Amino acid sequence: MELTGLFFYLVSLLILGGIYALLCLALNIQWGMGGLFNAGIAGFYGVGAYSSAILTTAASSRHLGGYGLPVPLGLVGAAILAGLAGWAVAKICVRLKSDYLAMASIGIAEILRLVIVNEDWLTNGSLGVSRIPRPLGDLATGRMSDVVFLGFVWLVVLLVFVASSRLYDSPWGRSLRAIRDNETSAAAAGKNIEKFRIQTFVIGCAVMGIAGGLSAHYFRFLSPTATDPLLVTFLVWVMLMAGGSGNNKGAILGALAIWTLWSVTEIFTNRLPPEWATRSSFIRMLLVGLLLQVVLQRFRAGLIPEKSPPVRFKEEGPEPDR
Amino acid sequence: MIEFINFYLFPALTIGSIYALGAVGISMIFGILRFAHFAHGDLMTLGTYGILAAAAILPVNPLLLIPFGMVLTIVSALLVDRLFYQPLRALPTIYTVISSFGIALVFRSLVQLIWGSENQVFSTGVKPPLVLFDTIRVSVLHLQAIVATAIIAVLLHFFLSRTRTGRSMRAVADDPELAEVSGLDTAKVVRWTWIIGAALAAIAGAFAALNTSAHPNLGWNLLLPMFAAAILGGIGKPMGAMAGGFLIGLAEELSSYHWIGDDALISPSYKTAVAFICMIALLIFRPQGLFKGRLL
Repeated sequence: MELTGLFFYLVSLLILGGIYALLCLALNIQWGMGGLFNAGIAGFYGVGAYSSAILTTAASSRHLGGYGLPVPLGLVGAAILAGLAGWAVAKICVRLKSDYLAMASIGIAEILRLVIVNEDWLTNGSLGVSRIPRPLGDLATGRMSDVVFLGFVWLVVLLVFVASSRLYDSPWGRSLRAIRDNETSAAAAGKNIEKFRIQTFVIGCAVMGIAGGLSAHYFRFLSPTATDPLLVTFLVWVMLMAGGSGNNKGAILGALAIWTLWSVTEIFTNRLPPEWATRSSFIRMLLVGLLLQVVLQRFRAGLIPEKSPPVRFKEEGPEPDR
Repeated sequence: MIEFINFYLFPALTIGSIYALGAVGISMIFGILRFAHFAHGDLMTLGTYGILAAAAILPVNPLLLIPFGMVLTIVSALLVDRLFYQPLRALPTIYTVISSFGIALVFRSLVQLIWGSENQVFSTGVKPPLVLFDTIRVSVLHLQAIVATAIIAVLLHFFLSRTRTGRSMRAVADDPELAEVSGLDTAKVVRWTWIIGAALAAIAGAFAALNTSAHPNLGWNLLLPMFAAAILGGIGKPMGAMAGGFLIGLAEELSSYHWIGDDALISPSYKTAVAFICMIALLIFRPQGLFKGRLL
């Protein structure tokens, strides 16, 4: 009994860890490769969650819906809508100093939250959307469906990881890193900086949307109060910084490590008497905030530092002497 | 008309004062230290709770206890700058932005840890509003906030234009390299930036909490309109930020006035969105702000 409990705890830990890994990979595209600051991760995550939920649920009189699409299509919808939201912000802000993008991304997250809370016809307001289906729902029932979902989440993580690694090595990724490291010289080399940055931001936001969609399908119920938006945004930043910004493996490792730390400490704090349990959650938050400072000052490279691939030349005749 | 003045204009000017006081700090920090200070709202929260703590011991008008909050915010700001922001100063400023984002959470969890996360009010009971000329009714608090902000604006103006430190601050905001080679004491300028920004943040927080109630998200919720106000006024222009604060406050409150027909022009639940839309419009059309601030 104890063992099965542990097993299912591990499953839920890894499912949420996988969702955070996706967010972390997405932020790695934006920040790690593109050097773009996004402080509104929770906003894009929320858009994705609601889009996928609304697209896949059966008809309900309380919110927009009744499309009943299969889950993968819901996730595609989540990616498109979150990407669109990201495009709108990026279009306006990328030409300015990155601080402006940071301010505007907080703003868009706040607006999206307001829309979700206030537009009852769309999202059923604070009462939330329920009966969200799971992918491959017929395959298993009860707790075993968590195991199936675990596989599904990590399949998505794998796909995004492969795509993101390919992007990193591609000419596109190289240009992006050139822009990140030296904007002026990249511009001098003829790179369209604005275009690259907008693309990066949109791709990142789309992946955040997918992560949000997956979380909706996991919890099967969605309401605006389910997650603390700031906490999500903040945890993802700490994960990426600790894991190693610019490195996809680092992003996944950071997500798993910090999420494990976060959840396991929760078990201990939940055992404390009630008045201490709430207090200790603030201590946890405080410590994570300080952890970020330590990482920023001492271990900026993270657990797995960024390692640029060697520049390969095509095998056309002898290589020029350099 | 009278209804408009009593129920929309005065509250709008009060909210405007709060934004103005907060935005001055954000604008100066952005202008002088070159980064968007994400922890400024939570610095306000910290100051507010400092005043609350003092109010629990000393039963006097909370406005008299504002200095306690100011001391708390100034000390915290200088400490945080020393421990967390200064080591990152050689890096691109975006790292300091990330750091301040974390500090915002640190401030908030400290507040929650020490004072709990419930709403807290300074005083209970309804105070009768002040009646002027038989028709204009304004709450004492609103009048206090507006007058205090006006006085601070005048003092700040004299500080920036007449004192040596104030002038150095403007010089650094305009051109840091030139200021440095001219032999200005940059460290002193940075110190004063934090002192003024933090002190005004405590005042703003006090008025915000008196206006509604104190809670750990108080400052964070004000951050977006304060950013908008700082951009509107032009980064590095403290007086511009003041004007920007009032304009954003007016825009937010007056957008829910029933200008056309009987319904509010924009639903009050979307008030925050107004500040954001102002910010976006500015970033598209006039990112240097109304008063020709720096575009960083």
